[in-house]
Amino acid sequence: MSILVVAEHDNQELKKSTLNTIEAAKKIDSNIDLLIAGSNCNEVADSACNLPDIAKVLVADKNCYKDFLAENIGILISKIGEGYTHILAPATSNGKNYMPRAAALLDSAQISEIISVISDDTFERPIYAGNCIATVKTSDLIKVITVRTTAFDECATEGGSASKELIDDDNDLGISSFVSEELAESDRPELTSADIVISGGRGMQNGENFSLLEGIADKLGAAIGASRAAVDSGFVPNDMQVGQTGKIVAPNLYIAVGISGAIQHLAGMKDSKVIVAINKDEEAPIFQVADYGLVSDLFEALPELEAKL
Amino acid sequence: MKVLVPIKRVVDYNVKVRAKSDETGPDLANVKMAINPFCEIAVEEAVRLKESGQAEEVIAVSIGNSATQEQLRTALALGADRAILVETDIETEPLSVAKLLKSIADKEEPDLIILGKQAIDDDSNQTGQMLASLLSFPQGTFASEIKLEEGKISVVREVDGGLQTVSLNLPAVVTTDLRLNEPRYASLPNIMKAKKKPLDTFTPEELNVDPTPRIETLKVSPPPERAAGVVVESVDELIDKLKNEAKVIT
Repeated sequence: MSILVVAEHDNQELKKSTLNTIEAAKKIDSNIDLLIAGSNCNEVADSACNLPDIAKVLVADKNCYKDFLAENIGILISKIGEGYTHILAPATSNGKNYMPRAAALLDSAQISEIISVISDDTFERPIYAGNCIATVKTSDLIKVITVRTTAFDECATEGGSASKELIDDDNDLGISSFVSEELAESDRPELTSADIVISGGRGMQNGENFSLLEGIADKLGAAIGASRAAVDSGFVPNDMQVGQTGKIVAPNLYIAVGISGAIQHLAGMKDSKVIVAINKDEEAPIFQVADYGLVSDLFEALPELEAKL
Repeated sequence: MKVLVPIKRVVDYNVKVRAKSDETGPDLANVKMAINPFCEIAVEEAVRLKESGQAEEVIAVSIGNSATQEQLRTALALGADRAILVETDIETEPLSVAKLLKSIADKEEPDLIILGKQAIDDDSNQTGQMLASLLSFPQGTFASEIKLEEGKISVVREVDGGLQTVSLNLPAVVTTDLRLNEPRYASLPNIMKAKKKPLDTFTPEELNVDPTPRIETLKVSPPPERAAGVVVESVDELIDKLKNEAKVIT
């Protein structure tokens, strides 16, 4: 067996989601190579050579991979992947974008967002917004898999001495191009990798009131999230959405404020270690998953919490 | 310009699906079925393109059992011009759905294919990308805004951390995210009209695609339960519990 892990990076550094994916790969087999496709990404490749679990770092450094366009990266993964039994990538917006393209070219039925490895061909994955866990077995010779990163620890980053191999393969299909990117600037930690997340729901009433969460987030070093209801109501942008169709988070502490707890939201946060719910409606379903529930008006509880932390 | 809109029949999003007690699958007895919410957004976007004069024809297509006609009729009531059902009782997986859709796309030669980004039953998030790949079309996944330009389409995508804009040559595949639009409700006159719109049916054999799944579901079980929590009386007690009992803050 041999596994190819497709690295998530930004041409400057390796993202943590890559480390979770390598950890998932290790549960399948120990023979793991890492693919770094990008442009001017040599630093990423050099740091990846320190990963103790990686045998070989494959570097495809071409301008056509700079913006991680699915069309170009998909072909590259399918070509390199032919020599492997498993291809894994984190289920990030990049992984979700290019992995099915590679899978289709390899005629492999992809398995999305695995949460555990049962054997080399059998995996667990959530379906129906996490209300059921399916155990699935694939008969494909090359298994294409995306990994729910919150379900796996991070692998070690130091002590390895992987060899580096350059892949000289330009796959510029020329049918798509990157125009621009607007990334939310924030000094706070990233939502999907934060130790503490505080999220607001429809109960916040409007976007301005999210400032009540900011003071607490600053004191705790937390990321700020939101329920789909808050996004749908236009309070905050969609990249803050936690849930089935938004981000999946599993921090040490998740504080849900003014969130009723619709199944779509629970799907995105119920694997958090400790869940706190603050809601004035004591019947709200969020209290059924909360370790600590505070039945209180959030407009009173939040200022008090910020003051006392 | 011709727009193809593949849709999926799924359990209504308000239903909380549970695993059967013998763990052989999800318990779907007598549950309400509907168009997958993301597919509804796809239909709406295609119909808006037609209403604004940018598209001439909108074709809804689905893969499923004969009851899937209901969802195709809903798409017709929302404004699609005609519908195609690829009828099969096999529970198809995204790869075979993509192959069947490729076969339909080869016949219809659409300029644009709009699909939902994921179905809320299997949560795979694959079909649009696989279809684009098989057709060698570019793709704009997780779209929150699209704009047609001369021979191209500009797509604003919802990505981790913000928004990304890409420009794609036509023909192209777009998959919808939540904020692309708010789908309309079908009016009663349109529901009546939809009954008379054409609906063609094919079998997978006629399209030369073998829909047999590669992935076998060994069991479907409930997720691990969280132990019941406690209700705290005050902010002070909450802080105390988080510091001294859960030890998640200092």
